[in-house]
Amino acid sequence: MTGIVINGVHKRFGNFEALRGVSLNVAAGEFLALVGPSGCGKTTLMRVVAGIERHDTGDITIGGRSVGGLRAADRDIAMVFQSYALYPHLTVAQNIAVPLTMRRLSTAQRLPLLGRFWPGSGAARNAIVRDAKQAAESLGLGSMLDRRPAQLSGGQRQRVALARAIVRSPKAFLMDEPLSNLDAALRVQTRREIVDIHRRVGATTLYVTHDQSEALTMADRVAVMLAGEILQVDTPARIYTDPADLRVATFIGSPRINTLAAEVTPGGMVLVAGEAVGLHAPGATGAATLALRPEDVRPEPRGPLEVVAEYIEFLGESTLLHSRHPRLGTAITLRLPPGDAAPEGPFRVGFAPRRALLFDGNGKRQPMHVTEAAHV
Amino acid sequence: MSEAATLPRARSGASGEAMAAALLCLPAMLAYLLLLLLPTAAAVLLAFTDYELGAPSLRWIGLENFQELTEDRGFLVSLRNTIIYVGIVAPASIVGALALALMIEAATRGKALFRAVFFLPVVSLPVAMATAWQYLLHPTIGPLNAFLAQMGIAGPAWLTSSDTVLLSLAFIGIWEAIGFNLVLFLAGLTAIPRELHQAAEVDGVKSAWERFRLVTWPLLGPTTLFVVTITMIRSVRVFDSVAVLTQGGPNRASEVLLYTMYTEGFTFFRLGYSAAITLVFLVIVLALMLLQTRVLDKRVHYG
Repeated sequence: MTGIVINGVHKRFGNFEALRGVSLNVAAGEFLALVGPSGCGKTTLMRVVAGIERHDTGDITIGGRSVGGLRAADRDIAMVFQSYALYPHLTVAQNIAVPLTMRRLSTAQRLPLLGRFWPGSGAARNAIVRDAKQAAESLGLGSMLDRRPAQLSGGQRQRVALARAIVRSPKAFLMDEPLSNLDAALRVQTRREIVDIHRRVGATTLYVTHDQSEALTMADRVAVMLAGEILQVDTPARIYTDPADLRVATFIGSPRINTLAAEVTPGGMVLVAGEAVGLHAPGATGAATLALRPEDVRPEPRGPLEVVAEYIEFLGESTLLHSRHPRLGTAITLRLPPGDAAPEGPFRVGFAPRRALLFDGNGKRQPMHVTEAAHV
Repeated sequence: MSEAATLPRARSGASGEAMAAALLCLPAMLAYLLLLLLPTAAAVLLAFTDYELGAPSLRWIGLENFQELTEDRGFLVSLRNTIIYVGIVAPASIVGALALALMIEAATRGKALFRAVFFLPVVSLPVAMATAWQYLLHPTIGPLNAFLAQMGIAGPAWLTSSDTVLLSLAFIGIWEAIGFNLVLFLAGLTAIPRELHQAAEVDGVKSAWERFRLVTWPLLGPTTLFVVTITMIRSVRVFDSVAVLTQGGPNRASEVLLYTMYTEGFTFFRLGYSAAITLVFLVIVLALMLLQTRVLDKRVHYG
């Protein structure tokens, strides 16, 4: 059993190239989050996988079957829409039953009145009602089976949409920003529930979101997408600590990672504003970018960089100190432990050298090691 | 002390506000009273009198007019014709408009063109169009019968034979109503979220018919209800085409409610009797509206 394999998919809307040769592999049973800013093509990719949109070139297999020529109804997938897309005229139970009705009953059995008396219809209908009820109950909707979507809260509607997806056992789940219409508190709670459902059902899941915290907290692996391309697919921890591309490093992490214009000498010394910072990167000669996470930068009297403090933000569990490198003009943010006094005016900072990231002129990650001399 | 001092002022502020509100509502209320309520009340009262235009006096005759209506063969024919006319025009123009709307909505190009083409009868002048229809349906020089003759069929005298006249008028009625209904249905169709159709597709809906049954038809409910009501009311009001083309003839075969009311009132000057017919007409329209708001409304709105 394989999951979803996307291979070299292109999609163009007029002159706009929404997907530029996207390849992605979602393993069977895996929860993969596709994250990127709005307009990066992540929703288009999901719709292409669902079969709602047709791709131009490339191919897609779901559960080992090539689905390029198949319409959405034949792809055996379930999808949760951002707007939930519930049928407003049907009750909760009927909404959840729709995927079963469409697949288990024949066209004749679905006929408005006659269908009820068609051979085999009764037993099939009873089974559908039972399964829909079970799916509803597993999501805590047992007491509202006869309500219409308009009588439900946002969170309840979202659950109905989830129940409609899990009621059948599809080859894959596709979720398009399912939490973005919920308020902040409910979002965190539902995040947990979706992960639990995934654990229980164990189905291959492709989850699209623009919210990196959702992606990092929920997914087995995260795919970062930008401008129609997938830049990196990795575990949440590696996406954060070991980004392959400068754009991934700056997109993931809040506050944003600090980026400093740097230069690598022919000898491999990394210089920031002309001064050595104790790092060595052989083979990356030329202009480069040194990236430091705010929590890896700290005030240090003998540190390699001098900055000027600008303002602080108190977050509770930590304090953000915003400062600026006077000569480069670049902002540098420090995340200080709670209770630490924030320096004022000019001060020197150091950073955890092994956690520093170096990117070449094209934004590609370059290997780097710490030089003994500068090690403090 | 200070509370007691501020209280009366607050109260006078509130009453001033109410006064302003009443004052601002006055023009609309006055217009409603003078232009709608009073004429209607006058018509209702006239229906119980024997008033004739120009008569020096009028007499209260109670239900006599209505009693006469139940025995008036002309009125009964007119009522029956109106019901037949509505019975043809309303279903045909509604189903036709819905079918056209679905086709236009599904079209990839030319949407605006088709919308305009089918809407033209609505904006054109009914009387002028009636003349065009008179030519088209003319038994000897009309293109329709010329075409039928080509195929070896002897066309009937569409507007002058009592067998076909109501049918011909109904056809013209359908032609007039279909564009109006089409535009309403198109508006209703665009209001259906596209995601619902996509959800249906993902849920395994394969045929266009199933998609129509699961999504389009139920979500079009409020639109359909409005279209049904407005079409029935509009077709009960049929007058222009009858007045221009047939004057209710031949032999009362195309006599309809409003035309009877018109001839009684303005040809025979029996305004009291005409008002009684108006009242019958009003009751029919009100019944249709009641049906909409009380019965069907609950079944098509899901909010």
